[in-house]
Amino acid sequence: MKALAARRHHPMALLVILLLALVATGGLYAAFQPRTAQAETYTADDIQQGEALFLANCATCHGRSGEGLQDADGNTLGPSLIGVGAAAVDFQVGTGRMPMENSGAQAWRKPPQMNEEQTRQLSAYVASLGPGPSLPDEQYLDPANGDATKGGEIFRINCAMCHNAAGAGGALTRGKFAPTLDGVEPKHVYEAMETGPQNMPVFNDDNLTAQDKNDVIAYLHALEENGSPGGLSLGSLGPVTEGLYAWTIILSLLTACAVWLGAKAK
Amino acid sequence: MTTTTPSSQKQDAQPGRVARLGAVGGDWLDQRTAGGGLVKFLGRKIFPDHWSFMFGEVALYSFVILLVSGTFLTMFFVPSMDEVVYDGVYGPMQGAHMSRAFESTLHLSFEVKGGLLFRQMHHWAALVFMVAIFVHMFRVFFTGAFRKPRELNWLVGFSLMVLGMVAGFSGYSLPDDVLSGNGLRVVDGLMKGIPIVGTYLSMLLFGGEFPGHDIIPRLFTIHILLVPAAILGLIAIHLTLLVLSKHTHYPGPGRTDRNVVGFPVFPVYAAKAGGFFFLVFGIITLISATTAINAVWIYGPYDPSPVSAGSQPDWYMLWTDGGLRLIPGWEFTIFGYVISLNILLPMAIYGGLLAFLALYPFLEAWVTGDDREHHVLDLPYNNPVRTGLGVAWITIYLILALGATNDLIALKLHLSINDLTWLFRVSIFVAPVLVFYITKRLCIAMQRHKRGLALHGVETSKVVRMPNGEMLEIHEPLNEYDRWVLVQHDDFRPLKAGKGVSALRAKATSFFFKDYISPVTPAELREALDHAAHEKHEIDAVTGGDYTVPSAKVGH
Repeated sequence: MKALAARRHHPMALLVILLLALVATGGLYAAFQPRTAQAETYTADDIQQGEALFLANCATCHGRSGEGLQDADGNTLGPSLIGVGAAAVDFQVGTGRMPMENSGAQAWRKPPQMNEEQTRQLSAYVASLGPGPSLPDEQYLDPANGDATKGGEIFRINCAMCHNAAGAGGALTRGKFAPTLDGVEPKHVYEAMETGPQNMPVFNDDNLTAQDKNDVIAYLHALEENGSPGGLSLGSLGPVTEGLYAWTIILSLLTACAVWLGAKAK
Repeated sequence: MTTTTPSSQKQDAQPGRVARLGAVGGDWLDQRTAGGGLVKFLGRKIFPDHWSFMFGEVALYSFVILLVSGTFLTMFFVPSMDEVVYDGVYGPMQGAHMSRAFESTLHLSFEVKGGLLFRQMHHWAALVFMVAIFVHMFRVFFTGAFRKPRELNWLVGFSLMVLGMVAGFSGYSLPDDVLSGNGLRVVDGLMKGIPIVGTYLSMLLFGGEFPGHDIIPRLFTIHILLVPAAILGLIAIHLTLLVLSKHTHYPGPGRTDRNVVGFPVFPVYAAKAGGFFFLVFGIITLISATTAINAVWIYGPYDPSPVSAGSQPDWYMLWTDGGLRLIPGWEFTIFGYVISLNILLPMAIYGGLLAFLALYPFLEAWVTGDDREHHVLDLPYNNPVRTGLGVAWITIYLILALGATNDLIALKLHLSINDLTWLFRVSIFVAPVLVFYITKRLCIAMQRHKRGLALHGVETSKVVRMPNGEMLEIHEPLNEYDRWVLVQHDDFRPLKAGKGVSALRAKATSFFFKDYISPVTPAELREALDHAAHEKHEIDAVTGGDYTVPSAKVGH
């Protein structure tokens, strides 16, 4: 009993327990942390090519090693890209937002400057800077795998307040805006939710699971498929465009009729 | 000969038979209703002819379309807030929970034959109804048609406009979609912003805490029973007063405050008005068949949490949203109660704008002291201050409406919504004043121009040099008919205070009539005509009466 008690009080016991706890915590964290970039699918050559592209096109604002840059007044020129992951690069570069056309409230969508291969190489390089969200799984991008009704609910509660119920886009403060979702590829929709580009909040897997994101994609697909059963949608901007239509086109037609009827028969 | 005679006999006989039948039927009716006199009276009623008189008709016809299409909709719409699970044809809603009102709206849009067309016709007709009312009101305002004896009818028309807003808003809320629910939430907030009684009012309307389970059935009763009945009643009064006080006419030779120059209702106007009804019906149907309106399935079933970007009410309610968007968040607390100036101030402004509109005829009558009956309309430029005030009113209304659309303007024009809000905040004070002044000066400039035209005729830009070197322009005098329109209008002057004129009224008359262009007097006109005759004589002496320019002569 005494020997046992003495061994139990060994001064190293505490350290051992601490060590075990640390290993367990670290191990559990490593096991449960958000999935890191699928660095294994990128070759060292991809990363090298990506770095060259990065230095030529991105480093002016984001720094030579993606650490981000500030001007003399402390304003951000380009944010740090360490840990943003391949998904962020694929979205920003894949939709043409980066390299940025000109500085302003927000990066505009434009025809992509990088081709698919170059986008992949850039993604590889940025993913190699630090672990971050990787490209989405194909199965979550197929609208057929999602539940449009559930996606619609998620969309109306989380997305419509900026993007408009029809996904037509909406204004944010000081010239910023939520762009239209019409014609945006499922992959980019997913990546935007995952990484929160520009002024968009991040909807990571704890917030909206991969299946939820798939549902949103299914809903957007269904909206596009359905089109506008009532005829011209007038941009799906709601009562304002309808009122404008009434005051311009319909009123002109009615006035033309009135003038015609009011004209004296010659 | 032999082949044509029987056919011509037939042609003669047929109308005769129809006419006889009509006479017999008419007599039968008249013996039982004694309505013949009324029909004769209405049939011989004279209406003047002008396109700008026809917007009231458009409002009436779109109201008829609203009644017809609305009756169709009530056969399928279920005004209930009971929760159901959707099981219809619209895929992206399958299995969603929603109120029966929303479900029945989806059902009538997608599954009832012609349902969507009728819904869209009902909604477009509502927008057209309000557009027509406003255009009609502008016409009446700017031509001074509201003057004695028509002040009461102006008030009836004003009430119709307000009821139209209530009808539109209550109908827009019925489908129980997210957008209309947001609108009701604004109404709830507006009511709760009223000190002391606000929460009671809200609880009373919604039958408890917002949104409750009562509001849709209640709005349904308001929308399909109370408001349409009130509108119908007021339309009857509006038209009766129109018949009693006769229609106004634009100034012209032979048109006075004691007559009406136009065509009788039967047959000319009956045909024109009947045809116009079908034109309005056709245009609304055409638009409804080709242009979507209020796609409720996109907004989704109402749930108090989501508010979509681009949430606006229908156009005639936009101005009520604009003030709320433009006002800074001014609030203060007194004895633990929040006083929301950011709600009370806009409501006061809305009330002021409406009150100005309703009371303007009485204001103007007080200023002018004019107690005569007016049946000849004013041309807008002949009353610069009235026209300026009207345009300033429209400017405030427009800025409020633009304020309510600030997010869409920012999005589509790539502007900052914050800058736009400030622009509208400043311009709601500056623009009306500026616009009033500019409009007034433009009217005065037009009066001056018309005065010159009446006196001297049209400048032909042909100049003749006299032997003594004097240059004379050839003026083409107006004919008597055209000149009449330019010299017939009323003329008011500012009053001096005292002798029964209050200081306030003296100031008001000064504001209205301080700047004026004196109308042409008969003496002035005689002198101008003498002068013109004299000049023409001189010119004719030089040109021999041939006014073709030298280059044209060379061409010959």
